[in-house]
Amino acid sequence: MAGLVAEGLTLVYEGVGRDTVALDGLDLRIDEGEPIAVIGPSGCGKSTLLLLAAGMLQPSRGRVFVGGQPVTGPRLATALILQHFGLLPWKTVFHNAALGLEVRRVPRAERRERVMASLHRLGLAEFVDAYPGELSGGMRQRLALARALALDADLLLMDEPLSALDALTREDLQDLLLELWRQRGHTSVLVTHSIEEAVFLGRRVIVLSPRPGRVAATVDNPLMGEAGYRATPEFYERCAELRQLLAEEGAVGAHTDFEVGAADAGDIR
Amino acid sequence: MNGWQRKAAGYAMATLVMLAVWQIAAWALGSHVLPGPVPAFSAFVADFQDELAPHMLVSIWRVSAATVAGAVLAVPLGLWLGRSPRADAVAAPLIFLTYPVPKVVFLPVLLVLLGLGDASKITLITLIVFFQLLVTARDAARAIPADSVLSVRSLGASKLGVFWHVVAVGALPEIFTALRIGTGTAVAVLFLAESIGGTSGLGYYIVDAWGRLDYNAMFAGIIAMALMGVLIYELLEIAESRLCRWTRVER
Repeated sequence: MAGLVAEGLTLVYEGVGRDTVALDGLDLRIDEGEPIAVIGPSGCGKSTLLLLAAGMLQPSRGRVFVGGQPVTGPRLATALILQHFGLLPWKTVFHNAALGLEVRRVPRAERRERVMASLHRLGLAEFVDAYPGELSGGMRQRLALARALALDADLLLMDEPLSALDALTREDLQDLLLELWRQRGHTSVLVTHSIEEAVFLGRRVIVLSPRPGRVAATVDNPLMGEAGYRATPEFYERCAELRQLLAEEGAVGAHTDFEVGAADAGDIR
Repeated sequence: MNGWQRKAAGYAMATLVMLAVWQIAAWALGSHVLPGPVPAFSAFVADFQDELAPHMLVSIWRVSAATVAGAVLAVPLGLWLGRSPRADAVAAPLIFLTYPVPKVVFLPVLLVLLGLGDASKITLITLIVFFQLLVTARDAARAIPADSVLSVRSLGASKLGVFWHVVAVGALPEIFTALRIGTGTAVAVLFLAESIGGTSGLGYYIVDAWGRLDYNAMFAGIIAMALMGVLIYELLEIAESRLCRWTRVER
């Protein structure tokens, strides 16, 4: 299992004439098997954080450790799941799910066994020969998850994985993500811009500040994962608390209301 | 009806329409310069075994050899340029300077350098196919979604792995389109090249028949050329449907 530690993590994108500081000295400690949600205004470096943790980017300053080891490149048991699923349209469901194992040269027989097991688990077994283009959005994201499961990933880094889905499918997949975490106990970092999703899937919710990204606040959410949590008053309380924090960061909710109110007042005058 | 039957019916229909138009035009013109389909096909059948088939084989060989050579050279290079900004910065100006020049203007030079045989013709057509595929492969490789590359890289794929699993396969449909267009141009240029130099190939056959005022044979050659075009097109179709199955299921 793999915890994740970021120390003074800084990333500067060098642009033409102007550099953009995406993350500025971010400190973060995620324990083994802990499910974390990361939320913040757009452009706060949420995605950058995941790319750094996945070893896809090298930090300008600071360090990231996964499982105690410094991250220098893609790690075998880290799965990165993207908003647009990261599937290859030209590969069948089976070969998309098998891609990670194929890249790692896992023997064919073992590959087949592990892929079929994970496709079964996600209800995609009867679609092995279909292409992603034939699947619904929810099924495509299940396939992306199946790929991570086939790899036996102990760290799931998810970048707004459900935001391209409709509301009902989205809730369905939130349940699925929770169930998978309960069964497998992997470390999970979910970047989202949905408050409810963050509270439903994060035992701790990290709020990032607008660019440059730093940890602005942390909301503990100990009841996460309990049966029927989504319908409890505590769930709504957490959501309200989080909305308030985000409003203070100038991201959502109260801020927007305020602007509308100001405009109305201007009209009356 | 399955796919093959539908296709055969389509070709039969098209042939009928074409023959009808041809026959009407021949009647209307009433000149031996435009023989009707009946004498043309008679000449085609009579000439096929001894005369036409050998010339057709020569032409098919030239087009196929040039297409394969052009593709083998252009596709990897184009894909590489599309993914490597540094290499592209060096190569792009060179490509854009040479791409618009009609390659057929090099025919005289090639004839002098390489003679009247296969070499000059294959080289010329290779050039044409090469440029068409180079530009297409480069653009297709650039258009590969960043998400696909990112996800495969995050799985630990090497540069070569990304190239193989993502870039090369992802660019295939565009490459096939370019091949279809490229071979069309190639056949046209082949006709020109064969009619100017040498004593073999369908181009030579057609122009030679013209010179002898044997219009029936000339049209037999034109029929053979059309058949060759269909053959190449259908071969590319089959290859594409095998290699790009996913493009036919998108919903």
